[in-house]
Amino acid sequence: MKDGTTNVLIVGVGGQGVLLASEILCEVAKTMGLDTKKSEVHGMSQRGGVVTSHVRFGKKVHSPLIEEGAADVILAFEVAEGLRWVHYLRSGGTIIVNEQKIIPPITTTGKFSYPEKVEDTIKARVPKTTVIDAYEIGKKLGNTRLVNTILLGVLSNDLDLEESKWLQVIERMAPKGTGEINKKAFIEGRAAK
Amino acid sequence: MEMLLSGNEAFARGVFEHGGEFASAYPGTPSTEILETIARHFKADIYAEWSINEKVALEVAVGASWGGARAIAAMKHVGVNVAADPLMTLSYTGVGAGLILVSADDPSLHSSQNEQDNRFYGKFASIPVLEPADSQESLDMVKDAFEISEKFDTPVLFRMTTRISHSKGLVKIGERRTVEHAGFERNIAKYVMVPSNAMVRHKLVIERLEALKKFAETTTLNMVEWGDKKVGIISGSVAYQYAKEIMPGASFLKLGLGFPLPMNKIMDFASKVDRIIVVEELEPFYEEQILAAGIPCEGKKYFSNFLELNVERVREGFIEAGVLAADTAQKKQTHESVLPRPPVLCPGCPHRGVMMAIRKLGVFVTGDIGCYTLAALPPLETIDTCLCMGASVNHAFGIEKAKKTKKKTVAIIGDSTFLHSGITGLANVVYNRGTQLTIIVDNRITAMTGGQDHPGTSKTLMGDATHAIDLVQLVKALGVEHVRTIDPFDQKETFAVLKEEIEREAPSVVITTKPCVLFPSKLKPTTKFHVVLEKCTACGACFRIGCPAITTSSEKNEKGRAKSQIDFELCTGCTLCAQVCPEEAIQEIKKA
Repeated sequence: MKDGTTNVLIVGVGGQGVLLASEILCEVAKTMGLDTKKSEVHGMSQRGGVVTSHVRFGKKVHSPLIEEGAADVILAFEVAEGLRWVHYLRSGGTIIVNEQKIIPPITTTGKFSYPEKVEDTIKARVPKTTVIDAYEIGKKLGNTRLVNTILLGVLSNDLDLEESKWLQVIERMAPKGTGEINKKAFIEGRAAK
Repeated sequence: MEMLLSGNEAFARGVFEHGGEFASAYPGTPSTEILETIARHFKADIYAEWSINEKVALEVAVGASWGGARAIAAMKHVGVNVAADPLMTLSYTGVGAGLILVSADDPSLHSSQNEQDNRFYGKFASIPVLEPADSQESLDMVKDAFEISEKFDTPVLFRMTTRISHSKGLVKIGERRTVEHAGFERNIAKYVMVPSNAMVRHKLVIERLEALKKFAETTTLNMVEWGDKKVGIISGSVAYQYAKEIMPGASFLKLGLGFPLPMNKIMDFASKVDRIIVVEELEPFYEEQILAAGIPCEGKKYFSNFLELNVERVREGFIEAGVLAADTAQKKQTHESVLPRPPVLCPGCPHRGVMMAIRKLGVFVTGDIGCYTLAALPPLETIDTCLCMGASVNHAFGIEKAKKTKKKTVAIIGDSTFLHSGITGLANVVYNRGTQLTIIVDNRITAMTGGQDHPGTSKTLMGDATHAIDLVQLVKALGVEHVRTIDPFDQKETFAVLKEEIEREAPSVVITTKPCVLFPSKLKPTTKFHVVLEKCTACGACFRIGCPAITTSSEKNEKGRAKSQIDFELCTGCTLCAQVCPEEAIQEIKKA
């Protein structure tokens, strides 16, 4: 967290909710009175493409993009995506990997295959690797759509942001009528690590 | 109050706060959210429309400006090419109330066919270019843009980029303030660009540019931030943020007015620092002008004009220039090689059925701009060309007239793209006695940019019901006698109709009739399919239709080839895979 700026890279596949998660993170940072920026590319993402969201917060943030090798935390919604972006992590940084695997249709061409033992490769590179099965936790809570909020709960352990602010923002930004269950999902995620 | 806004949202907010009353656009990434934001939040105060194309978008905004309303027209960078005809002479006529043309450039071609640098349009047309460097400036500079436009009687080019448009930052917001303007007033010498009048106006444009140059010297849009005097950095837009991040202690001249440049200010700045380094994305737009003014500077030597800049590229450039120690760089980590995820047609996409049938017909296919261009990628690989909006119809015609190609050529174009600029091409085909088949893949929406309405959808951007253009009637009126509609999910019919129309020695049009699966709302499947593994022989026929719902299963055939499986959640029940399976192994899931 050089110069007091925290860099969080959230990665996944189109449709997983990466953008909403980064939006919530930014709002929490904002509520704490911090300057915050985030950057992502829309457009093709809806169609199964790779999605990344760069989130930065601190006293004053200039670049909307994180420099390679400078991310304090990477939150990967999908295993292979965690591997794809692991070079963004600074030495001593943390990567959180959701166990979900999304196998792209390109594998049916036989030209590409989904990498094996991805978690092990990541663990070998990053001492601070957390692997989490957010889908399973969501199922226990009765709704697999909570994966997003659960992962934010896990992420919150590695960030210097107040729990009360997280809960406040989640309540405000969750779809109508799902505030309570989302807050519960966040707390479950926070406890899961 | 502060809000977390993207550059596009902040710009839209700026139009609201600074008295904008009219906004038009044709959707195009990365500009689309500007009009969506205006229509969603400010439609009580600002009229907003999807125009049929960018030329129309600019021209209606010009009309609004002449008619006394502060107006904006927004488009992606290549859209400005379409609007370039009115733009170049609009510079001569000038405006009524303030007029802003937003160009959202796409360095790195995240979702575009090129990465042209539209700051050159400012120089080309002799009009000022504003370049916001973050969301706050995207809002604040709307005020400057309207004021400059009105003070200097000029349209203003508001140049954003993907990183400005789609990055979010904190923005201080304010109240709406309006400015009174009279309606249209007759002024033939100003508004009628016949040669005798235009000549006079061109002289005024030259004088205006001189006045703008003087303004550039004093405006607070261009700011000097003094630091260490060993190096002076001249930068603008998001490149400034990257440079500031890496060299916070250096001296900066930050340009908010990217054209015309404040040459005296630059000369003064240069005289006080040891050397000047220009950091700009894409082309050496500032650099060449500064060099031409006789001020030594360096730029593209260290920061290539290929693709967008980022923190690491700017750092490497500074290290190469010798103004930053090499050991400040982050230690390069090895990149893992992970399989690509190219964008694909959605499960249940109606374009897939057309591509499958076309593939069997052994023709060349000239393509256009839209989701269907994704069929150029494996495994479908059915699109042979893609150049710009509306070009498919004309390319097919040209290939036919060149008479060198034995195979037939078919044009494929979407509904929104056809309305944008395909109609004229088709009229040309009929007029000049072409014989091609043009397929309009009509999914009733502008899908690629996220589902925007157009003149064929019966709804306006502001949500009002309106007339929907009947494509069959339209095409017939152009003189195409053979017009047929098909259901692309019926492979037998689709193949038969396309075959017949390809062979026809007269211009023909086939129009598909099934809507997009995502927009305006996600279609709910009424049935689902699965693979009966005992019947599947792993022949791969279903893999070759490129459906994201179909993947390899862990079951293998005797040769070790993987059998297929269908993701229950993703399947839309479109039936296309079942129609290509030779073993009838893909079957409907019977409801219990």
